[in-house]
Amino acid sequence: MDLSAINPVLLIASLMVAATPLLLAAIGELVVEKAGVLNLGVEGMMIVGAISGFAISVETGSPYLGFLCAAIGGAVLSLLFVILTQYALANQVASGLALTLFGLGISSLMGQSYVGIKPPATGEIWLPILSDLPVIGPIFFQHDPILYFGIALVAAVWVLLKYSRFGLILRAVGENHDAAHALGYKVVRVRTLAILFGGACAGLGGAYISLIRVPQWTEGMTAGVGWIALALVVFASWKPWRALIGAYLFGGITVLQLNLQAAGVAIPVEYLAMSPYLITILVLVILSADKSSAPAALGRIFHASN
Amino acid sequence: MIRLEKRPQSSHTWSMATPLVAVLATMIFGGALFGILGTNPLTAIRTIFFEPLFGEFAFYYRPQLLVKGAPLVLIAIGLSLGFRAGIWNIGAEGQYIIGALVGAGIALAFYPLDAWFVFPLMIIGGAAGGMAWAMIPALLKVRFGTNEILVSLMLVYVAEQFLASMALGLMKNPEGFGFPGSRNLQEYESAHNAELITGTGMHLGVVFALIAVIFAYVLLNRHMLGFQIRLTGDAPRAARFAGVKPARLILFCLGASGALAGLAGLFEVSGPAGQVNIDFNVGYGFTAIIVAFLGRLHPVGILLAGGLMALTYIGGEIAQGQLGLPSAAIQVFQGMLLFFLLALDLLTNYRFRLTRGEVA
Repeated sequence: MDLSAINPVLLIASLMVAATPLLLAAIGELVVEKAGVLNLGVEGMMIVGAISGFAISVETGSPYLGFLCAAIGGAVLSLLFVILTQYALANQVASGLALTLFGLGISSLMGQSYVGIKPPATGEIWLPILSDLPVIGPIFFQHDPILYFGIALVAAVWVLLKYSRFGLILRAVGENHDAAHALGYKVVRVRTLAILFGGACAGLGGAYISLIRVPQWTEGMTAGVGWIALALVVFASWKPWRALIGAYLFGGITVLQLNLQAAGVAIPVEYLAMSPYLITILVLVILSADKSSAPAALGRIFHASN
Repeated sequence: MIRLEKRPQSSHTWSMATPLVAVLATMIFGGALFGILGTNPLTAIRTIFFEPLFGEFAFYYRPQLLVKGAPLVLIAIGLSLGFRAGIWNIGAEGQYIIGALVGAGIALAFYPLDAWFVFPLMIIGGAAGGMAWAMIPALLKVRFGTNEILVSLMLVYVAEQFLASMALGLMKNPEGFGFPGSRNLQEYESAHNAELITGTGMHLGVVFALIAVIFAYVLLNRHMLGFQIRLTGDAPRAARFAGVKPARLILFCLGASGALAGLAGLFEVSGPAGQVNIDFNVGYGFTAIIVAFLGRLHPVGILLAGGLMALTYIGGEIAQGQLGLPSAAIQVFQGMLLFFLLALDLLTNYRFRLTRGEVA
């Protein structure tokens, strides 16, 4: 075993890359849950985003067009969730599971002819002085634009939820949909928008895995990242900036265990590969004591006649 | 203007009819999907639903119906208990793997001893293994209020890694020429879950599945615990006032579903699959969720739904071979079924009304 083979600068830089898919999916789901909807289909929307982004960018040669289509793909799948839960008033847990099962199937169907292909590279940004800085440059200023977009999205969601009128309405809908309805807000419309936004974010996160993080297409490649993103929302107590911290924490664990595998630590590979999931459980246990910050109407079905 | 109105009581007719309508809708839309993929929709549907039962090689496929249906029914029966009470165990796949590993571990420990008690011990071990794995989310939920959905699902990934570690390490066949995977249990008489009647596909797992259906039926309809499960699902507040202890229900529902999933895994690994290998699990734990809903969380319904879902598995394999339909297409087909089912369920509790004039 050779721990000195692990380069701390590269480790932190790749941590940010590993965290971005989680961050994108989690910030989308955070908005959905703030609106009082529990969408367990994140994994399905991510994998559909991963393949639609991959396919489009391979066909067109443009990764950005790929990311755009990934967001659209995720949103289209989440539209099914909207129909089920907002119009057919189906159980949200069951509908989310359906979305994941369906998404996993349809993605492997779509991806059959894309196995083993390399996608076009997404360029890295290059800032004149900053990117050349030693240590700080490679860590913070030599990444792809989507990574920065993810961080900007967290800031935008924070501002939107905290300071805008729409954010206030969204939170009201999530806390008490009957009261919001009585005040004349369109509960179903607000929730629909939130779910579509969540779908688009999950799709982006999925495409980040297939286009930048890995980068190639394999069946079921999201490997539970969508579920970890759901746990991350709980971890973040439904606060955007804490989701960012959480994503980097989980990204760090993933990268560290991969590095330890490569360095040949005496622990078998399988046990190292378990660690992100086990730590997710541990974090859930520690944080589940405090449920006060969860939106009050989370997971409840709304129908105007009630 | 059409308006949605809540029924005073859920409709019995629609509750029975929705699974059938959902299957029909899935056939139509699934057929359209197969059409897009370049196969004749009618041929594809015929191949999937009729070929295994009445085709030329039906004598081979009919036993497969029991082999594939048994694990689905076993797992789905367990899941349905929890789902009825709003306790969501979606990690049956993990409990299935652990049950198989514990059972196979016992068998491999006794190898090559020829004794009558090996297989019964394996059955107990399989159930205990699955139950223990399901007890993790159960105890965490009872003690800390941790979300059982996320924990049980995370444990699927842990179990898969554990399976890989076992197949490549501890349980690897020492005479396997370095190939991954354990000894083949089909060749170890005392541990082999053989067919009870040759050529029928009827193994002990099928018997257990039928017993589970009967037990679940009696439990839900005749036993106090079953009443508490139904009450908690339909009216949680009323259940609290009636003195139902949620902790007890959580431990029972998760424990029972884990044990059944573990049993399913054990019967699979010691019978049809034969050995512990990296990819011996094929997702029954997830498909069983669809089976549970398709059967409307009712034991008899689940029995029928398990048969239907087994049919799509077998028919899907035939369609793969004969029509070149991709295996993922069947997965989409199964997912589609769950969608239609959930959407059409609206008609059970609500009805459409034509109203005149303005609506408040």
